[in-house]
Amino acid sequence: MTKVLVVTSGKGGVGKTTTTAAMGAALAQAGEKVVVVDFDVGLRNLDLVLGAERRVVFDLINVVHGVAKLPQALIRDKRLENLWLLPASQTKDKDALTEDGVGRVIHELRKTFDWVICDSPAGIERGAMLAMRYADEAIIVTNPEVSSVRDSDRIIGMLDSKTERAENGERVAKHILITRYDAGRAARGEMLSIEDVLEILATPLLGIVPESQDVLRASNVGCPVTLNSPASAPARAYHDAMRRLLGEEVEMQIPTERKGLMNLLLGRRAA
Amino acid sequence: MSVLRLFTGRAASAPVARERLQILLAHERSLRGQPDLLMQLREEILAVVSRHVLLDPDKVIVRMDRGKHVSTLEVDIELPNGADRAFASAG
Ligand SMILES: Nc1ncnc2c1ncn2[C@@H]1O[C@H](COP(=O)(O)OP(=O)(O)OP(=O)(O)O)[C@@H](O)[C@H]1O
Ligand SMILES: [Mg+2]
Repeated sequence: MTKVLVVTSGKGGVGKTTTTAAMGAALAQAGEKVVVVDFDVGLRNLDLVLGAERRVVFDLINVVHGVAKLPQALIRDKRLENLWLLPASQTKDKDALTEDGVGRVIHELRKTFDWVICDSPAGIERGAMLAMRYADEAIIVTNPEVSSVRDSDRIIGMLDSKTERAENGERVAKHILITRYDAGRAARGEMLSIEDVLEILATPLLGIVPESQDVLRASNVGCPVTLNSPASAPARAYHDAMRRLLGEEVEMQIPTERKGLMNLLLGRRAA
Repeated sequence: MSVLRLFTGRAASAPVARERLQILLAHERSLRGQPDLLMQLREEILAVVSRHVLLDPDKVIVRMDRGKHVSTLEVDIELPNGADRAFASAG
């Protein structure tokens, strides 16, 4: 049965789009048929992170408004045949998306895909609301830092009250994904610990993605990090998170960089 | 305490962050679902006071401060000059 998964956070810039691309690619590699939907109307970026920016013709709003049919707007990934993208539009009209319109598109997507992953815009306004509206599950992307944790708490409250599931008396399955984790700063007590974040948010942990240059490198070349550098620490973290999402038991660990001596001496690796 | 902290002499800030978050979120969660409580209080206080003195609605501030053990409700109403006399004659 299809799962509609929203990737959300409240706070901006915490790694939602990176996570949508990485999890989408990881699930597709595992044989699931996946569509990633960009809800960040006016600020679309998922196309860029996936390297599909030059192939966008129609978008989510065109489909909602009946200007284009869904199959015309869907873009198939060039590397993964199981991965599709439904881009956002660049128009800034916030009211371009309606609840009914989004509902119809999600309903259509459910017929074809195993996973519909919705990349939420930042904030707690209409756009974020519509992205989570029809979700069965949610990944709450959180950085171990006070404002991000506070916003995650707000978003958890919304998932429990404003989604269609919540209104029907059902639950949205919620998972915390900690990203941009810096083990060194955590050890020095400069960053909230994972235990702190989980205790405060009282929501199960899906994974821990370390802060890493590989993420930036992957988005520079328009390729999900799980595909661009599969052995890197963030890619392994996303891969583990994907397996947990599929119900597998995977031991929780914080992947670390495996640097060779030369890399240590040079202090970095070439892309 | 880590060895590093012995050298730098700086206390870890994460425990402070954790404590502040816990207090803040307990407060914010308690307000969820009834987010308009303060607005409602403000409206009603404004209505009562306006029956006796003319005042600028923008100068009525109602603030709730929730502590660990007690909470305080702070009502700050700025009255225009001469309003105290209106009070005296009303009373
Ligand atoms: N694990 C990581 N390590 C290093 N950089 C990261 C990591 N995750 C995300 N970033 C970087 O942080 C920035 C923001 O990431 P991203 O666009 O995924 O966030 P977002 O939550 O989608 O932002 P917005 O709220 O604007 O949509 C990007 O430059 C991205 O490359
Ligand atoms: Mg984004």
